[in-house]
Amino acid sequence: MTTTDAVPEYPMTRAEGCPFDPPPQLTQLQREAPLVKVGIFGKPAWMVTRYADQRQLLPDKRISADVFRPDFPGATREPLPESERRSVGFVVMDDPEHARLRRMVSAPFAIKRVEAMRPRIQGIADRLIDHLLDGPRPVDLVTAFALPMGLQVICELLGVPYEDRDSFERDSNQLANTSLPMEVRVQARIRIGKYLDKLVGDKLARPGDDLLSGLTAQIRAGELTRWDAAGIGVLLLSAGHETASNMIALSTLALLENPDQLKLLRDSDDPAVVAGAVEELLRYLTINHHSRRRQVIEDFEYDGQLLKAGEGILFPSDIANRDPSVFEEPDRLDLTRDASRHITFSVGPHACLGQPLARVELQVVFSTLYRRIPTLRRAVPLDELSFKQDVATYGVHSLPVTW
Amino acid sequence: MKIIVDQDKCVASGQCVSSAPDVFDQREDDGIVVLLNDNPPAGLADDVRQAAALCPALVITIVE
Repeated sequence: MTTTDAVPEYPMTRAEGCPFDPPPQLTQLQREAPLVKVGIFGKPAWMVTRYADQRQLLPDKRISADVFRPDFPGATREPLPESERRSVGFVVMDDPEHARLRRMVSAPFAIKRVEAMRPRIQGIADRLIDHLLDGPRPVDLVTAFALPMGLQVICELLGVPYEDRDSFERDSNQLANTSLPMEVRVQARIRIGKYLDKLVGDKLARPGDDLLSGLTAQIRAGELTRWDAAGIGVLLLSAGHETASNMIALSTLALLENPDQLKLLRDSDDPAVVAGAVEELLRYLTINHHSRRRQVIEDFEYDGQLLKAGEGILFPSDIANRDPSVFEEPDRLDLTRDASRHITFSVGPHACLGQPLARVELQVVFSTLYRRIPTLRRAVPLDELSFKQDVATYGVHSLPVTW
Repeated sequence: MKIIVDQDKCVASGQCVSSAPDVFDQREDDGIVVLLNDNPPAGLADDVRQAAALCPALVITIVE
């Protein structure tokens, strides 16, 4: 791998007028071979194009998620400075340290704990929709519903008190807003970090039943510093807020473009139908659209190719979720199909920690929003909307709607 | 049907509990899988197969 001649640069661009489909060039690469080479900022890296191979290789111990390793195929041209290690946390560590830290915060995501949050999540959705219905039309669904919905669920999870939520929401929206200058977002993240550090201090004095209170036992046992606990809070906020918000707004747009599918959802009060719709939208939209990025750390052979230590390796979930050998007519949004095998939350040790919460949150939103506002529609033509092509989490920048 | 789970590799996604709640549970302190019944009746076989297929950590093994 000394030349990048004829190696296509990644990420690729989506086709004009097809905001829900992966770039055609990616689909073509998937057809050609299970393992191809692409360029990341001019440096060659492997790409695993198909579903079965991604499932096989993502959990492989000869592949690392540590972005601080030299030549890691990161999301930015410059390597991430070591000072950023805290803000990215266990997401970019390998086991056993990754598993040790992750398991400190996994209890609140257990199915029974998340189900117990469902009524509160429903309450958040109901209140936000009340505000929408009382407010002006048209309205931007992203700022008026998707962002606050995502954020308030995270506040419930972390245990952010109501009186602090306005300032926390302002900072979190700046952090999640990829159209703001990086410096503004970094400052917002610093304020959030300081606030969460103070909040962890409050939880040490008066623990509740939230996630940050759950970390106070480890702080007392000396397994975690208070600052580390705040760092985990920042990590969960950035992993959960932007993703859920983008998924809510982009799904709504996709449903508005597919009125027969929207009708299926609106006309059903069967939780199984709603749950199935969530899985299909997670598959079809795959908002994590710039690949799971990894590095080979030990030479091994796969599919007749030698993967060498130090080489980058990419796992694009978006085309794996459109693999025709797994999903029939993969480019069709079909809420009635069984899409539950999608790879949107990844597989292996780094599979999304928040997935049970994401599922319940989306189920609540999709079973409520379209039933309470049955005439919901776009307020601008589709081609006037702009999409988050260049950031790791895909979505629509704003979505003016009316009813 | 005999079931084996690998708790060391479990990522606590809870997909097994959603698929087959009579067979799988999660530890209270970290959400890691607990096997309630390693030899479930035939009537639960489909649910268990679904749990194994959906496990993102690929840690559920079924010995038919």
